[in-house]
Amino acid sequence: MTTTEPVNDWTKDFDILDTGYVADPFGIWAELRDRCPIAHTDRRGPTWMPTRYEDVTAIAHDVEHFSSRRVAVIPLQATGGQESGRVGENGPSLEYGLPPISADPPLHTWTRRLLLPWFSHRRVTDYMPFTQETCRRLLDQLEGAQEVDAAVDYAQQIPVRVIAHVLGVPSDMADTFTGWVREVLEFADDEEKRRHGILSLIEFFVAELKVRREQPGDDLLSELLQTEVDGASLADSVVLGMAVLLLIAGVDTTWSAIGSSLWHLASHPDDRDRLVSDPGLMSVAVEELLRAYSPVTMARVVTEDVEYGGCPMRTDDKVLMNFPAANRDPEIFEDPDTVRLDREHNRHVAFGSGIHRCAGSNLARMELQVALEEWLARIPRFSMADGKTVTWAGGQVRGPRILPVRIG
Amino acid sequence: MRIRVDPEKCQGHARCIGVAPRLFDVDDYGLSSVTQDPVPKELEDKACLAVANCPEYAIEVVSD
Repeated sequence: MTTTEPVNDWTKDFDILDTGYVADPFGIWAELRDRCPIAHTDRRGPTWMPTRYEDVTAIAHDVEHFSSRRVAVIPLQATGGQESGRVGENGPSLEYGLPPISADPPLHTWTRRLLLPWFSHRRVTDYMPFTQETCRRLLDQLEGAQEVDAAVDYAQQIPVRVIAHVLGVPSDMADTFTGWVREVLEFADDEEKRRHGILSLIEFFVAELKVRREQPGDDLLSELLQTEVDGASLADSVVLGMAVLLLIAGVDTTWSAIGSSLWHLASHPDDRDRLVSDPGLMSVAVEELLRAYSPVTMARVVTEDVEYGGCPMRTDDKVLMNFPAANRDPEIFEDPDTVRLDREHNRHVAFGSGIHRCAGSNLARMELQVALEEWLARIPRFSMADGKTVTWAGGQVRGPRILPVRIG
Repeated sequence: MRIRVDPEKCQGHARCIGVAPRLFDVDDYGLSSVTQDPVPKELEDKACLAVANCPEYAIEVVSD
């Protein structure tokens, strides 16, 4: 979907959309950690990319020098790089971006606080029966097939339905939502598509919010509309930004984690059999799969000239928060490129680090665990389909988009 | 053995309650707290696991 100039030197001209890198970035990260732990590129604007755990987490914690106001790894040109958009000339817009992910304190702090209880450790157990039911229905449809696409027919279908359920929007629009979110996240070099995706999301939620303003329900969006902060209700564009964020963040990310995990199990029959015979290992295994195949890279923008790790970072330079690479740093993880399902010491940062820790991490973890449990209960034996190609999406979110597996 | 969660460092990853559900509680906002002080002997291994899995290095063993 994206063509890029070949990369000759990953230390000073990297390209995260390089097809080979998207499919297999692990060797490149290992080399960069040794040779040049904070790489640089001028492709799509001056950008730095730390690959060591220590650097990634230190930068994530320094919110003063590294702002979240532009978190897209490839900026949206049409909107001046902001995560915003406007429908029509005077129509609704995302003038506050997508809080809290694209916000710094103080906006970040109070918008995040409004969302957290909906995704708390306790609360997500309420969404578990729906998730199980969703997985089982999908598996029913695969019954009898000898070959299925574990990404398209399963992984991709789960998180979008769960987040629609949480938001109280129609889950039978799942395919439409998925289409919009992919346009925003997966077509980095196609400005038209990205614009279409973000504007469609805005239009959809403007209509949904209007309905809830007139007839409030007990869903998250209705509650946001009724919330008062310091005696005033929230600005429309704040609620709109939060709604759009929840759908974007709830779809590609977890779908990628489920897909990568199934890819791993399809290509590592010993691990697959081990999980089938020892289901008690699942919660530890889920953390290891999250570590090894962390899907999400976020961006930060440098707020003032600063030297970090010997790198002269300039105001407005971008820094890629390469959490996936941090999670394979041998300084922190023994034998990092080997998946050890029973890894006991695992301080992974798949959900980020610091104040922007993924607000949906409890939900994502539950979904991944349920998706794998249900799949393995129904399909304990499966492997990569012969002669078929797996395709990967990369950039902001990495995961398999086509994953043909043979059953039995 | 006694452990504590540094509320300034805790960011709500909920890894502690994942590995040691009998030792931690996590509130609606993700903030974790220790529920047994001192840690019962039979849960000391779990306490160490919680320390070793916290991405924010927010859990510490309190020396007497």
